[in-house]
Amino acid sequence: MLEIVKPIKVGIIPCNGEEICEGTLTRFASRKVLDKLRPDSTVTICLPLFIAGEKGERNFAKTFPTITVDGCNKRCSQISTEKLSGRPRFSIVVSDVLKEHGVAPPESRRTLGSKDQPAVDCVADEIAGRVDEILKSG
Amino acid sequence: MDKGKVVVLPCSGIGKAYGEIGRQAVYELVEDLRPEEATTTCLARLVIDDPEAKALVNDNIVITMDGCTQDCARKCVESTGKKVDSSLRVIEAFKDNRGLKPEGILELGEPGFKLVHNLAQRLSEEVDCLVRKEK
Repeated sequence: MLEIVKPIKVGIIPCNGEEICEGTLTRFASRKVLDKLRPDSTVTICLPLFIAGEKGERNFAKTFPTITVDGCNKRCSQISTEKLSGRPRFSIVVSDVLKEHGVAPPESRRTLGSKDQPAVDCVADEIAGRVDEILKSG
Repeated sequence: MDKGKVVVLPCSGIGKAYGEIGRQAVYELVEDLRPEEATTTCLARLVIDDPEAKALVNDNIVITMDGCTQDCARKCVESTGKKVDSSLRVIEAFKDNRGLKPEGILELGEPGFKLVHNLAQRLSEEVDCLVRKEK
């Protein structure tokens, strides 16, 4: 008998923090992974849907292994996901990743320019690496 | 903390361009059009019950700017016990301006930014109206 195996998708949940440049970076890095680096193996959800949405949305982290992407150490995405949906497989904090790689954070929270591309690439690569780890471990 | 200012919160949805349009309209409002009267904070701070963000929202006039009919920003504010003073939706503005189709989810292009400017203008009128009412 043939066994049908569902392809695993990894959920990426950025904090989207409006106050800080790193919050904007979570959006651009996550979208790069979703659209360019791992388009076939990733999905996302708007974080506030854990409160505004229905059971399906709240079950997101139970349905998919997830990676939370936070701009700062308040870790809003990680804490909300844990509290309202399920424990994320990995939690990334952008400010820590940039510091670790010696990459400067963006200067504007409003828009990112070409000089911010190294920061976007650095965080996106970190997320993509975690996606690969999850897919490898199943 | 920006006490005494109108707090304007976008949903910052990540799945469609509506979320980015609302976010950009709020930045245009708080940085260019009404920097003395309006401010914003991270919506996600309300989701984790951050005391400073909750106090900011509870002590001030609040406008939410949602991308779609899910109304995430409004519902997040209301989950703290605060009733929003006004709530707007990007999708409604888009229905009135169907020609202004954004180019991408985060790269809005010229048409998307026209919609941003329209919405920012609409927000500034709303801020003025609510501030007048409060006096």
